[in-house]
Amino acid sequence: MAVRVQESDFDVGAELERLTTGNKRIGGLAVFVGLVREMHVREGYHRDRIDALTLEHYPGMTEAALEEIEAEAHRRWPLEASLIVHRHGRLEPGERIVLVAVGSPHREAAFEACEFLVDWLKTKAPFWKLEDTPKGEKWVGAHAGDDQAAARWEKK
Amino acid sequence: MKVRYFAWMKRTVGVAEEDVTPPAEVTTVGELVAWLRGKSGGHAEALAEGAAFGAAVDKRTVPFDAKLAGAHEVAFFPPFTGG
Repeated sequence: MAVRVQESDFDVGAELERLTTGNKRIGGLAVFVGLVREMHVREGYHRDRIDALTLEHYPGMTEAALEEIEAEAHRRWPLEASLIVHRHGRLEPGERIVLVAVGSPHREAAFEACEFLVDWLKTKAPFWKLEDTPKGEKWVGAHAGDDQAAARWEKK
Repeated sequence: MKVRYFAWMKRTVGVAEEDVTPPAEVTTVGELVAWLRGKSGGHAEALAEGAAFGAAVDKRTVPFDAKLAGAHEVAFFPPFTGG
């Protein structure tokens, strides 16, 4: 289990290699990589083209929130390995923002846990996106679809 | 105690953080919000009733009826938009 919040980019191949080396119980590794999109798309239509995103976060709380989400994934699924790397600072379109990787003996748990982690980190970890657009700076608002995606994992 | 503001709230209030000493009758996060509104126009706007923002006490998300007793750091922020 590991969580990192950093300004620098990450090497997906090297991260996955390090995550799985020495653990031969892993049969499936599910990976999500989030990238900066050049268009801000919301509710199905394109809005502003962006020049860059600046991700602000709450040092200390961010790491604690991500660790809590990761621990919850380990409680719900039989996981052998997990990694969350989230960047902050200024990022341009095409750059990587986030890496979530989950290893399990079987693919079903790996896929589900990976999706769960992405859904929950969007709504439970203290990150905020500021878009730099040709029309000026604009804070990204919360997206109802993200709340719905996160809510489906809430235990009834 | 220290109060911190994030994202657009920081710009609206005008500072990223400040040390405050609220009166003894301020015992919950919600009461702190009401008291902070009186500090400046920026505070009143950022912390306005009905504005969409959340709070954390000592780096844990809390509801507005959470008690402030023993709190070192209270933070206010808009909904999260990471990932």
